[in-house]
Amino acid sequence: MRVTEIRMKVNGSVESLDVEPWVSLLDALRERLGLTGPKKGCDQGACGACTVLADGVRINACLALAIQYDGREITTIEGVTHPLQEAFVRHDGLQCGYCTPGQICSAIGMLAEHEAGMPSAVTGSQGLDEAEIRERMSGNLCRCGAYNGIVDAIKEASR
Amino acid sequence: MRPFAYVKPADVAEAVRAATEPGARFLGGGTNLVDLMREGIERPDTVVDVTGLPFDTVTELPDGGLRIGALVRNSVLAADGRVRTRYPMVSQALLSGASAQLRNMATVGGNLLQRTRCPYFYDHASACNKREPGAGCDALDGFNRSAGILGVSEHCVATHPSDLCVALAALDATVEVHGVDGTRRVPMAGFHRLPGDTPDVETTLAPGELVTAVELPPVPAAANSRYRKVRDRASYAFALVSVAAALEVRDGAVTGVRLALGGVAPKPWRATRAEDLLLGGPADETAFRRAAEAELADAVTREGNAFKPRLAVATITATLRELSTGGTAR
Ligand SMILES: Cc1cc2nc3c(=O)[nH]c(=O)nc-3n(C[C@H](O)[C@H](O)[C@H](O)COP(=O)(O)OP(=O)(O)OC[C@H]3O[C@@H](n4cnc5c(N)ncnc54)[C@H](O)[C@@H]3O)c2cc1C
Ligand code: SF4
Ligand code: FES
Ligand code: FES
Repeated sequence: MRVTEIRMKVNGSVESLDVEPWVSLLDALRERLGLTGPKKGCDQGACGACTVLADGVRINACLALAIQYDGREITTIEGVTHPLQEAFVRHDGLQCGYCTPGQICSAIGMLAEHEAGMPSAVTGSQGLDEAEIRERMSGNLCRCGAYNGIVDAIKEASR
Repeated sequence: MRPFAYVKPADVAEAVRAATEPGARFLGGGTNLVDLMREGIERPDTVVDVTGLPFDTVTELPDGGLRIGALVRNSVLAADGRVRTRYPMVSQALLSGASAQLRNMATVGGNLLQRTRCPYFYDHASACNKREPGAGCDALDGFNRSAGILGVSEHCVATHPSDLCVALAALDATVEVHGVDGTRRVPMAGFHRLPGDTPDVETTLAPGELVTAVELPPVPAAANSRYRKVRDRASYAFALVSVAAALEVRDGAVTGVRLALGGVAPKPWRATRAEDLLLGGPADETAFRRAAEAELADAVTREGNAFKPRLAVATITATLRELSTGGTAR
């Protein structure tokens, strides 16, 4: 049997969809559910444009097989309402906006990780300072180089 | 991606049985396997998803060590309080690898079996003995900045990319594996193989053998330990050279030391020669440098990676100096 029916709660609503085992979570979200917020940058886990939240934890949807996420809860940028969105606009945290959905989902996951006391490679600095934000967000690349605005937006939203 | 069948076994026996069939591969977090499948380098007929198996906890061992289930996520292990206090270099090694998103997906078992990042291994247009036995090796006279300098052969100069494994080697961790014939315990030093003339054979695992746990023995010196990684950018890159070091000093003398290197060899490189020279001797800069130089004495370099022995000596020396002066994690 090539196709399996999986169920995921996506942005609050239960979706059932038929997927072949080789369909990535990213393709399932974009192609089958029409959620084009999560972007396909590299399709190799290297850029973070595809970042979504699975049960509140940030992951790269491009390296995830959809079938592995049967029964899970997925949040994409379409399901997000968060002060980060306004903050990104206010601080010029975007230029073309291609990386922005991934940046915002990643930042939401990151703030939860930090809140839960999860360490990073620069842990030791107090609170969520710039070095800490940059390290924790290093899985999200921005081709436009909007990093300074992104860091400022996250700094503001985390207060 | 090439089509494949997907199975999610209910227990270890079923997993091992499914994976023993030719063309089957275990799937953990998928962060390496799915990538390699998309590139057409791994071409499994069946993918055996083991993430439903109950190996996702870290537990205490009676001797004071820790047992880490093979399905514990890298981010969860890095955050474990016992790991952070008793084996800081394990936590630091994990946190220096990949990105937060990838660490949230990656499992301990999959990390041990991740494959090299040699650029020619990924490039179908190049000759690579690891991807296609007998094809040759384009890295020998090509772009070999990332290539290894210890334990390499004329057939392959690729490095093992894992950071976690370097810390595990320094600690003499044990890998528990399940196969058709039952359970085996493999010391970290005997888990990965040197390339010789069969660089495609990377570990001592038999087909279908599943990693179920990694055990850390009690190592008092490891409470004062550090993982230091040098790379081309500050974060989110593989190591050019990395050092996992633990040091115990009493009255100016080294009473306990563990040292392993990453980014320099086809397997996590346990620096036993340096350890032997250091143990019982003075804990000073001269001794650290001499031991590091001895460890790198057999280094074989190529055009692009000729800087590595000096970088390795400097990184080892700096890491030991930091540990000897009570400096711990940044
Ligand atoms: C962009 C990028 C950057 C990265 N940077 C780093 C880095 O700096 N440092 C670093 O160390 N790593 C890095 N990684 C690699 C990452 O850490 C590994 O991909 C990950 O640890 C593999 O774990 P996994 O569970 O996802 O394995 P999978 O991809 O699921 O599996 C990997 C291999 O292990 C086998 N396998 C999985 N589980 C088991 C098991 N229990 N028993 C036996 N075999 C098993 C699979 O069959 C497969 O061959 C990076 C990866 C990416 C994509
Ligand atoms: S170094 Fe090894 S992995 Fe790289 S091209 Fe040569 S054989 Fe292949
Ligand atoms: S598209 Fe997933 S990380 Fe680049
Ligand atoms: S805003 Fe263009 S890629 Fe980030």
